[in-house]
Amino acid sequence: MLLIPCPYCEEPRPEIEFRYGGEAHIARSADPTGLSDAALADYLYFRSNPKGWHYERWQHQSGCGRFFNAVRHTVTDRIIGTYKAGEPKPDLALYRVRAGS
Amino acid sequence: MRFSFGNLLRQARAGHTGWGPQWRDAEPKAAYDVVIIGAGGHGLATAYYLAAEHGICNIAVLEKSWLGGGNTGRNTTIIRSNYLCEESEALYEHAMKLWETLSDTLNYNVMYSPRGVLMLAHNEHDIRSLKRHIHANRLAGIDNEWLTAAQAQAFCPILNIDADLRYPVLGAALQHRGGVARHDAVAWGYARAASELGVDIIQNCEVTAIRRGTDGAVEAVETSRGRIAAKKIGVVAAGHTSVVMAMAGLRMPLESFPLQALVSEPVKPVMPCVVMSNAIHAYMSQSDKGELVIGAGTDAYVSYAQAGGLHIATHTLEAICELFPVTRRLKMLRNWGGIVDVTPDRSPIIGLTPVPGLFVNCGWGTGGFKATPGSGHVFAATLAHGVPHPIAAPFTLDRFRTGRLIDEAAAAAVSH
Ligand SMILES: Cc1cc2nc3c(=O)[nH]c(=O)nc-3n(C[C@H](O)[C@H](O)[C@H](O)COP(=O)(O)OP(=O)(O)OC[C@H]3O[C@@H](n4cnc5c(N)ncnc54)[C@H](O)[C@@H]3O)c2cc1C
Ligand SMILES: [Zn+2]
Repeated sequence: MLLIPCPYCEEPRPEIEFRYGGEAHIARSADPTGLSDAALADYLYFRSNPKGWHYERWQHQSGCGRFFNAVRHTVTDRIIGTYKAGEPKPDLALYRVRAGS
Repeated sequence: MRFSFGNLLRQARAGHTGWGPQWRDAEPKAAYDVVIIGAGGHGLATAYYLAAEHGICNIAVLEKSWLGGGNTGRNTTIIRSNYLCEESEALYEHAMKLWETLSDTLNYNVMYSPRGVLMLAHNEHDIRSLKRHIHANRLAGIDNEWLTAAQAQAFCPILNIDADLRYPVLGAALQHRGGVARHDAVAWGYARAASELGVDIIQNCEVTAIRRGTDGAVEAVETSRGRIAAKKIGVVAAGHTSVVMAMAGLRMPLESFPLQALVSEPVKPVMPCVVMSNAIHAYMSQSDKGELVIGAGTDAYVSYAQAGGLHIATHTLEAICELFPVTRRLKMLRNWGGIVDVTPDRSPIIGLTPVPGLFVNCGWGTGGFKATPGSGHVFAATLAHGVPHPIAAPFTLDRFRTGRLIDEAAAAAVSH
């Protein structure tokens, strides 16, 4: 079970308090009707699904109830950082320097 | 050497010293007509049908670790064909028909055992959904019948149908022809038969890059054992499909999740069939060794760690103990995970890709073992002719753009 640091509650909490929300930073188009079928399919269905670092959404469902993003490694499950919804995608290099990896 | 009663007798007299290896552990050549990436059941079946039915024998099956060590060797082996959508019915029933004669076809005992698959209903929604499946299956000529809770218990005597369960059993759908097969034997049987027809099975050979020519078409793969040229490449890499397809610059409508299973200590035969409960995430059958084989759910998040969260297994075992009270004091012997590639509509992707010469067979998610013979059969035809086999035709990658989804996700709500 993961221990996930909620950036609002500012403490690590067990995974079962959270709900996974899929890949982060997939923005809905401001003009969805103007999208081509391929672009709409990409938004709806295609995912990066990397073997490595993954930016992903979580909701602290049984805690503060709020959405935030996490950067987690999909092989080691290590979480090197979480940040509040709406904040820009952090630079992975910075995290890795701080985390010493 | 063929397996036959005569050969068994001859070998018995010779002290069983004459049985050779069942397939050649091949060294990679510089070029092949077709390269298959992934020696799971689906990849090996594809190679076998390419050689046996399409006369294409200059094939390499490349495997990063050992043959059958992926989901093929990790699954709970449930076989059934009672899916809801017509496209899925055709695909899984095609596989079911091949299972029925597979041991003869391959001259290898895959231990296919149609002992019946019971799918439990625990609430009004389950009842309606299972009955809808039964009616759809009847129209397609696929067996599937409704049992009351008492009839379900008569079919599986250790099933608890007490009315005061947290999730009481209100009835069940039974597919008599459903059952199980021996997962390793399926991989080994296809490997042996393909190898005999000249297919090279190359283990410990990880594909690290896909090379394309100036026209965009595939030319070769780079592997941990050198460069191998091929004009046709079939990707059958299950949980690692996104990773392999990225080597050709393609994104996929896939997410990879760990799915877990467990086996108990072996006991005398207590479980005559397969029981599945989608609503409470528990599946159980009994292996010929006597172990109870138990399937759990997936982790919630994308992961390539081949182990699932303990709370997921705990949840399943709680459900198993409630449904089958005789299991409450059993010890679990082993617990493992496999990485399954899940599509948005929970149907597989079989066919061509935007890259010329590159074909893909993936997205089988939590339930592709049952399809192994059918999947290999239709994918081989697709690779041989360069156009989708009629049964594979609806399962294109392009359906996510056109919107023609085959929505087994909505139909089943969960796995298998
Ligand atoms: C716990 C569990 C229970 C399941 N239960 C059932 C069930 O009851 N019924 C059912 O029908 N299905 C079930 N499934 C699903 C089923 O196992 C799969 O859908 C099916 O086995 C997929 O077969 P495959 O041959 O495509 O994949 P795999 O057997 O996983 O083969 C893919 C192969 O590709 C190789 N590979 C990956 N990347 C590379 C690379 N770069 N280079 C070379 N090789 C590579 C892998 O090592 C692997 O051996 C279950 C799965 C799991 C994990
Ligand atoms: Zn919180």
